[in-house]
Amino acid sequence: MARAKDWLVAALVLLLGRRTRTVRAGAPRLVPKRETDDRAERVALLLLGLSSVCAVAFIVVYALDRLPAQTQLLGLALGLSLLALAAALIVTGKRLVPEEELADDYPPEEHPAEQDDVEQLVDEGVDGISRRRLLKLGLVGAGGALGLAVITPALSFGPFFRVRELVVTPWRSGRRLVDEAGRPLRAAELEEKTLYTAFPEGADDEQQGSPLVLVRLPRQELDLPPELAGYDAEGIVAYSKICTHAGCAVSLYRTPLFPPTEPHPALVCPCHYSTFDPARGGRVVFGPAGRPLPMLPLEIDGKGYLRAKGNFDGPVGPSWWGVRNRKAGS
Amino acid sequence: MIRGAVRFLDQRTGTAPFLRKTLRYLFPDHWSFLLGEVALYAFIVLVATGIYLTFFFVDSTHQVVYHGPYLPLRGQRMSEAYRSVLDLSVSVKAGLLIRQTHHWAANVFLAAIILHLFRIFFTGAYRKPRDLTYYIGVTMLALALLEGFMGYSLVDDLMSGMGLFIAYAVGLSIPFVGANVMAGLFGGPFPGTESFWPRLYMAHVLLFPVLIGTLLTVHLILVALRHHTQFRRRQAETERTVVGVPLWPGQTPRSLGLMIGVAGVLFLLGGLVQINPIWLWGPFHTYVSTNGAQPDWYLGWLIGALRLVPGWDLEIGGYTVVPNPFWGGVAFPLLVIGFLYLWPWIERRLTGDHGFHNILDRPRDAARRTAIGVAVVTLVLIVLVAGSSDRATVLFGISYDSQVWLYRVLVFVGPVVAGLVAYRVCVELQRGEAVEHERHRAEGEARRAALRPQRTGRPS
Amino acid sequence: MRLPVLTLIAALALLALPAAAPASSPRRGEQLYGRFCASCHGPGGAGQTSSSQIGAGPARDQVVQGGLGPPLRGVGARAADFYLRTGYMPLRRSGLQPRRARLLLGPRQIDALVAYVASLGPGPGVPAPRPERGDLSEGQRLFADRCAGCHQIVGAGGYVTGAVPPPLHTASAVQIAEAVRIGPYVMPSFSERAISNRQLDSIIRYVEWTRNPDDRGGWSLGDIGPVPEGLVTWFLGASVLVALCMLLGKRLRG
Repeated sequence: MARAKDWLVAALVLLLGRRTRTVRAGAPRLVPKRETDDRAERVALLLLGLSSVCAVAFIVVYALDRLPAQTQLLGLALGLSLLALAAALIVTGKRLVPEEELADDYPPEEHPAEQDDVEQLVDEGVDGISRRRLLKLGLVGAGGALGLAVITPALSFGPFFRVRELVVTPWRSGRRLVDEAGRPLRAAELEEKTLYTAFPEGADDEQQGSPLVLVRLPRQELDLPPELAGYDAEGIVAYSKICTHAGCAVSLYRTPLFPPTEPHPALVCPCHYSTFDPARGGRVVFGPAGRPLPMLPLEIDGKGYLRAKGNFDGPVGPSWWGVRNRKAGS
Repeated sequence: MIRGAVRFLDQRTGTAPFLRKTLRYLFPDHWSFLLGEVALYAFIVLVATGIYLTFFFVDSTHQVVYHGPYLPLRGQRMSEAYRSVLDLSVSVKAGLLIRQTHHWAANVFLAAIILHLFRIFFTGAYRKPRDLTYYIGVTMLALALLEGFMGYSLVDDLMSGMGLFIAYAVGLSIPFVGANVMAGLFGGPFPGTESFWPRLYMAHVLLFPVLIGTLLTVHLILVALRHHTQFRRRQAETERTVVGVPLWPGQTPRSLGLMIGVAGVLFLLGGLVQINPIWLWGPFHTYVSTNGAQPDWYLGWLIGALRLVPGWDLEIGGYTVVPNPFWGGVAFPLLVIGFLYLWPWIERRLTGDHGFHNILDRPRDAARRTAIGVAVVTLVLIVLVAGSSDRATVLFGISYDSQVWLYRVLVFVGPVVAGLVAYRVCVELQRGEAVEHERHRAEGEARRAALRPQRTGRPS
Repeated sequence: MRLPVLTLIAALALLALPAAAPASSPRRGEQLYGRFCASCHGPGGAGQTSSSQIGAGPARDQVVQGGLGPPLRGVGARAADFYLRTGYMPLRRSGLQPRRARLLLGPRQIDALVAYVASLGPGPGVPAPRPERGDLSEGQRLFADRCAGCHQIVGAGGYVTGAVPPPLHTASAVQIAEAVRIGPYVMPSFSERAISNRQLDSIIRYVEWTRNPDDRGGWSLGDIGPVPEGLVTWFLGASVLVALCMLLGKRLRG
């Protein structure tokens, strides 16, 4: 009974008691005394209480499955709890602790005496060695060589020297064109004014050399440059879908419904708006691409399926140092 | 209780004298000195939320089929990485809150670094003896830019996947070695091998945070060793004497309050404002793209640059020495970051001032520095805005072609004009103050003369 | 007695007159066609084209040519319904990109015009899509593959060199179906062989879903990605935190 009373008194003292005390009576103060600010203390306590309530609210919201907008309520609860705690700290900083503005010396700019000592120490430690420079050089050489040796295994990361792979594509003569579902494409089902995406049969769709954009243009519209003559199949042309500027999929097809007043057909990339002319071998007509879209030669086999007649007329994808003096490889 | 703890610590480490000195370390009380702290606290939130995310993310591009509760993607093929983030956003309680807070913290981290950089640059705080601190800071900025990019690219959603291919293309465009480095890093042409994703993940969660954390520690130690700079406000503040608020008791609740406040703002954003809703973008495939793809804001200057450069690859003797993306993706950012690194040296050469500086300049007091800084900021801003010109075409109907040409001209004219205007403003402000000062002095003298007893020649 | 009766008969006759040419008949449509369409599309939907085809400029550029319009024989009710009910037509000047506009014609007038255009020659009728039969996930996949490049992944619209693919949030199911089949302005067209009716139902179902997409993360900022997120970072995030710093610190005075 007496114990319970003790606990009750202790709790009351904790909650309601107020005193300001001095740690070392008689010793000169190191920090000036701040006037007690009763109101600010109460505000700080209130804010701490608010912070606790919000933190508990977070736990409650987390536990309740059915609540809609869970993310919003959780964020609100946690955010407000933190902000209330921050506010309590700011009130403490502005009203409850002493405002001091003190002056102190900057540390010295330099210490010449110690600098000299260090220099002397280092020098005297090694001045018994007669071939100092040569030994230093030897150390540097050994260290350098060791350093090179230690980083050499990093070359195993990947084919740093085998850039040949950058020009390899899955396309080769006779390979059939298929759609995303793997179904082979017939030339007859391709219509004008429609954009098709195609892939090599049996290959990985995600490789940069795989995806194609296919469009059918009226034969009289085609004006392929001489080196690309015969690359089309009855007006169907195929280009790499990977933009030669920075690699985004060229998935935009601009094709006029009424040609006399509307822009001519173009394949456009949505990243930086490189624009390629499908009727003229993928030539760049606008935008930052430096190379035309690589073109895949097409043929129609006996059953009417579209097949590649070879590889692209040049490497696919963004430009690199060897992109113009290599051919697309298999 | 305090006595007991301090005694315990001092007996085991001998650091009570250090503690005694540190508790009264003086902080300058101008608000702009808190910007670096904001960046620091954002970094802490990033690490804390990031650790949580590492327990849910799967760093694999192995393709799987989604069978979860988010209907628009059910039955579709996606990488394990994307699926793990989709699950975290849709199926894990509080998962989306932590993810969004992490992403907002990254955005705010970079904004705070840049604001802090502005304060350092325009007040000359980078001058000796703090140039080393400054170089470390610029390095952290560059690392933070890359770290943020890697972070949102790990998700493998449609938008960030497009950005990753662009980054690969920018790497390829480095003269002579670009293709080799990229082939080595990716393990072949894009999209690379299965081991690329775990490498990207390790770089983002281990390598770069350790680098940034280490540099940050050295940065803070250097700041403390040399003490903060300060503005000259009173006679007391000089190159020899620092004036400020002591760490204890004045600065502690302020800094703690700022830390908790930053965390609070970030969690509020994380819960209330949607960021990077990857379930809407869908998974990345090399052969799919969306209109309106953009990088996060701190890389927007690069998309602007990539779009503005005219379409040439520089070819010499059959070799494509400088592919097009190099100018916008490598040369331009190197120019700006290079300027940041070189500026202290350039300024020392221009002004001949090699001395120590503990007192800051107000921007108006160093007109040339302010003008050059404003010019560089204007350049970056113009290119950043140019990166959204397609949205301006969609919203306001302004022709895209015209905008491209306008920005190409503005990029050269704008910074010069802005720099000249800034210079003029600084000089005029200085002159205005000199006039004010003169007027005060004259009035003061007149007042003193009026109060002095009159000498009339009469015997007193 | 006779006068009021005669007046009544006259009034009834006057009322009945318009019914003689009912509001939505092809005849009425022909009158409207003559007023609003013939100047570009020619008499009887013959069309007005110049002899040169793709773009008249030397670099195959688009050249805005006055008073030209495609022939309408055989385009069917589908095209007329689409262009008229979206307000794409009448076009202010030929060569401009048709855009959604305030309708100048009432629904009955449009019905009449559609009937007239349909009568010009056999052509496709107004489609009747059933998006509720489509599959949302299949629609998302098809949309991402065929449409997102121009229209943006959640249909917010975008840019293609020389044109502005519009946002899709105000398009009705019928209009989406019509646009996919027609390919208006510079949009590609997709026949039933390229996109089956079932697939089209799925795409439309997805587009309708994007009107109220899943924005479980909070304020959606338009679902267009990092640009508005950057604006929030600076104008909400950084500015609040700078204000906090100013609250905590002091300012330079004098």
